[in-house]
Amino acid sequence: MATQVTVKILRYDPEKDKKAHFETYTVEADPLDRILDVLNSIKWYQDGSLTYRRSCAHGVCGSDAMRINGRNRLACKVLVRDVGGDAGKKIQIEPMLGFRILRDLVVDMDPFFEKYKSIKPYLINYEDAPASSERYQSAEDREIFDETTKCILCGACSGSCPPYWAGPDFVGPAAIVNAHRFIFDSRDQGAAERLSILGEGEGVFRCRTVYNCTDACPRNIPVTKAIEQIRRAMLYNR
Amino acid sequence: MYRGQSGMWLWILHRLTGVGILGFLFLHIADTYLVGFGADYYNELLFLYKNPPFRVLEWVLVGAVLYHGFNGIRLILMDFWDKAVDHHKTLVQITVVAFFVVWLPAGFFMLKPVFFK
Ligand code: HEM
Ligand code: SF4
Ligand code: FES
Repeated sequence: MATQVTVKILRYDPEKDKKAHFETYTVEADPLDRILDVLNSIKWYQDGSLTYRRSCAHGVCGSDAMRINGRNRLACKVLVRDVGGDAGKKIQIEPMLGFRILRDLVVDMDPFFEKYKSIKPYLINYEDAPASSERYQSAEDREIFDETTKCILCGACSGSCPPYWAGPDFVGPAAIVNAHRFIFDSRDQGAAERLSILGEGEGVFRCRTVYNCTDACPRNIPVTKAIEQIRRAMLYNR
Repeated sequence: MYRGQSGMWLWILHRLTGVGILGFLFLHIADTYLVGFGADYYNELLFLYKNPPFRVLEWVLVGAVLYHGFNGIRLILMDFWDKAVDHHKTLVQITVVAFFVVWLPAGFFMLKPVFFK
């Protein structure tokens, strides 16, 4: 059953606005609608200038991470009823912290992807693969890094992280998660290179175990756990 | 503003108490330095410290050290014990309970002689 939902959105147009400001909209929505549907409804029927990223609409592409009621979430994975929108609560939507706002909810992800690239997020193996088969990996060895294979690079974790907001050079939880995915892969030989990158001042020891990342991850990746596993790999294998 | 959960508040408190204790350390170096000017100066200052409001502040300082210590142990566990992260919520609860179990009785013994003579 459709109800009236109040949404407060942080708007910023670099061509017109000096500062970001809130605008409030009233939208007809179903409790089972997603926040993304609410944004679409505003854009399509009320204010075409509202700008945000979205693509898959099903929690796969990682485009629409934003701050919903103060916490980083994918707009396509949060329902109106999850945030009490159908019960008359105002829903507040802002761009993620720790990124430059380009326009409205769209932030500059370039530095984020540069940091991702810096940890060499690809298989490094200096030997040729066996000619007759693929590189073998047991189910047990595959299991070790299973969680961190699930990352969709949405940035929700890094954008929730106080050291990431404060330090523009900190690689951030997302890059660390993706380093974890290869460091603990038995087929990979680049662990030492990645550990030395992450052992630098802007690497894993910047983490203050705040746990915002673990709470924010839409893929339920235990981000803090992955960071601590890398720290221990450094502490115990010197 | 970011609406973080327990971990974020514990971290903010850890930094505040850490910086606070550091500030007290400087103050303490400064007041001990007064001895160099003669015992009278030093005694006068200690007299000031005996005032009830200072007792309350002392109790707050004890709280800051206790909190920083207990939470510091939690953070150290997180780094060195591989299962700690799986028990994050429980460890937070233990930290908070342990803190109050020590801090509240400490308050009783510290404030009783000043306020209930
Ligand atoms: C009971 C003894 C103590 C323990 C177990 C302890 C433990 C810790 C730990 C584990 C951290 C790292 C926090 C993190 O990684 O997030 C830390 C940070 C810190 N500590 Fe202590 N500490 C103690 C005493 C002190 C004292 C006496 C001072 C002040 C003179 C102090 C000042 C600080 C400061 C300023 C920080 C930085 C906070 C931050 O980075 O957020 N600590 N402490
Ligand atoms: S670890 Fe989770 S929150 Fe971080 S970028 Fe990957 S999917 Fe997003
Ligand atoms: S639109 Fe693709 S993850 Fe939400």
